Amino acid sequence: MTDDAGKQRRPSAEPAQSPGQDWLEPTDFLPASDPASADRPGGGSRRRRRGRSLLQDRPGPQAAAPSRFLEVRDLHVHFPTQDGLVRSVDGLSFALERGRTLGIVGESGSGKSVTSLAIMGLHEKTGAQISGEIWLDGEELLGLSTEEVRQRRGQKMAMIFQDPLSSLHPYFRVGDQIIEAYRIHVDASKKQARQHAIDLLGRVGIPQPAKRVDDYPHQFSGGMRQRAMIAMALSCDPSLLIADEPTTALDVTVQAEILDLIRDLQSEFGSAVIIITHDLGVVAELADTILVMYAGRGAEYGRSEDIFLQPQHPYTWGLLGSMPRLDRAGAHRLIPVPGTPPSLIRVPSGCAFHPRCRFEELNGGLSQTEVPAMTEAGPGHQVACHLPVETRRRIWETEIKPQLDGDRTEAR
Amino acid sequence: MSGAAEIPAASSAGTATDRPAPAGRSEVLLDVTGLQKHFPVRSGVLLGRQVGAVKAVDGLDFEVRRGETLALVGESGCGKTTTGRLLTRLLEPTAGSVVLNGRDITHLSARRMRPLRRDIQMIFQDPYSSLNPRHTVGTIVGAPFRLQKVQTEHGVRRAVQDLLELVGLNPEHYNRYPHEFSGGQRQRIGIARTLALRPKLIVADEPVSALDVSIQAQVVNLLEDLQDELGLTYVLIAHDLSVVRHVSDRVAVMYLGKIVELGGKESVYTTPMHPYTVALMSAVPTPEPSRRQNRERIRLSGEVPSPLNPPPACRFHTRCWKAEEICRTVEPPLTALRTGHQVACHFPENPPAGFRPREPEATGTSA
Repeated sequence: MTDDAGKQRRPSAEPAQSPGQDWLEPTDFLPASDPASADRPGGGSRRRRRGRSLLQDRPGPQAAAPSRFLEVRDLHVHFPTQDGLVRSVDGLSFALERGRTLGIVGESGSGKSVTSLAIMGLHEKTGAQISGEIWLDGEELLGLSTEEVRQRRGQKMAMIFQDPLSSLHPYFRVGDQIIEAYRIHVDASKKQARQHAIDLLGRVGIPQPAKRVDDYPHQFSGGMRQRAMIAMALSCDPSLLIADEPTTALDVTVQAEILDLIRDLQSEFGSAVIIITHDLGVVAELADTILVMYAGRGAEYGRSEDIFLQPQHPYTWGLLGSMPRLDRAGAHRLIPVPGTPPSLIRVPSGCAFHPRCRFEELNGGLSQTEVPAMTEAGPGHQVACHLPVETRRRIWETEIKPQLDGDRTEAR
Repeated sequence: MSGAAEIPAASSAGTATDRPAPAGRSEVLLDVTGLQKHFPVRSGVLLGRQVGAVKAVDGLDFEVRRGETLALVGESGCGKTTTGRLLTRLLEPTAGSVVLNGRDITHLSARRMRPLRRDIQMIFQDPYSSLNPRHTVGTIVGAPFRLQKVQTEHGVRRAVQDLLELVGLNPEHYNRYPHEFSGGQRQRIGIARTLALRPKLIVADEPVSALDVSIQAQVVNLLEDLQDELGLTYVLIAHDLSVVRHVSDRVAVMYLGKIVELGGKESVYTTPMHPYTVALMSAVPTPEPSRRQNRERIRLSGEVPSPLNPPPACRFHTRCWKAEEICRTVEPPLTALRTGHQVACHFPENPPAGFRPREPEATGTSA
């Protein structure tokens, strides 16, 4: 009953690309106006166009051809409210290749969900002010019309939501909801679509799919509803799958099954996956690369191993220290991040994390005045912090890591 | 400590209304025997003939010792929240007994229960719905004093401000409303209210699961500090096994209304004996990417059966990979296989040396 299949599959899931492609070059994090991103060597060579390309008709503010499957450049999402402008996402850049998984981690209000909704084009009618660029498979999404985005949604990009009960319509049968999503994009007869829905339900592990296809959502358990959601998201074989807290509402054993399922489906379909969560354990299970967000900006970005074994941003240290761990005895105290996440209307000046940062004084006031840019801290590892790299490494090795590890050695 | 067998020595501690000085750490504060709660399922429009019962809690035996933290863990639907509500007598048990501080509170009326509510309090999961949005913090935290007609030395206001300070809030926020606070701060307000009457036992139902990671750590630390400072006893209801490992002294794992394993934290976490516990622990994601290749995860087949019609004998047998004939016919009793570590299983994992599975004549089982 152990997950032998999953274990064997892991190595093969490593892509056959050159290792240098696994993560981003530091230039990817510079604002889009930076000339370096325009004449990146090899830019555009990986671009694929399906159907008619809108690239020529509507060039973005910076029509640099992206080399990656998904590229988000300097994304801003602001919501005007009575109290002021809410800067939910304020200058975020990242990229993702096919077949890879990006984990976005952060607390509530850090802008992770807003980012995913922006990619999916779901900020229509919310009054959001969006700027920046989102390139998916050679197309700039923010410049497309509502209808054009709608065509791509479901077909090229799909999303799994947190709460499967409120994301499925209680009045319609599960099968009909999947069939509807499929027939919008694919010219299929009702019978074909129904068979497709049954196949999908079977694929995501729902027993007796031919029978359950006619059930209503309330007849499914929480885990089965989430599986049905995944089936619906996969119905058109999207190349980008965004999972927003896909397991938060589920029990641990069900969570483990859903995570296995997402991993299996990804290696089968080769899609790019973004998993958004507040649970560092979940990203450690799935993600190849991790983006830690704080107050609408990236704080740290790197391979999973870097983030967990050599984190360099004080906020990442805070997250790791706050987290009780199953594999460690509970003798130690948790090291919480003091204070509370900031208001997105009055984001602290300079580095948004400075009011909660223990190492803020080491910068001589720089944190309070200047917003730190994402800078390279190692191969494929970027950190937005004013502290010099050596200082961060030293603090991590001499101060933080022993605190986190101390009790583990005691326990064994 | 086979909870069913012994009636604890705590009966000498006097009634709950007079407040005895805290005695030795091993003293039993709460003793639960054969606790059951069946919710009737009725059909029919007017008369409502009972057609079945949801056996939410079906025979629990455990005790809570003064000053310790006992965690009830399990998945949704295992009856842990119902248990918490039975302990605080927000629900009336169908059978069994709850003895608090030597006094049987199982079937006390609401009126006779009221004075005892000073001793037993609850922290709720959702800091948004558990505070009345129309009341100020002062009113909310001061409510226990008014309801219990407790005289405070320097007036209620002063007492409330002391409490706010105790839980790490600014006492000047006395006149603010709940919406002005963040989730973590609201949870602190709830904790301040809980502490107002210096209860002996606090039942905390998922106290941190609605909070962000960094805030969760603050509240966990607060709960630990308060326990040290005020000598509190906690019954912690949680589904997050990592949090439980961090804060609890003893752990009771529940499945479908029964305790399947109960023991000291280290014993349960390092050598879990019930297959369900083993599966549960293996499912928790470890925040260490290097480990995901070589970890053993046990996948449970199927879903949790309905508590309306639970499987006979061992309730876990429908999903257990070790199940044999005896598991379908004979219910395994909760027995201590190690010191202070009980398990209800015929074929436990990590059995202690010299353990032999029971072999009744009828079934030819072999381990």
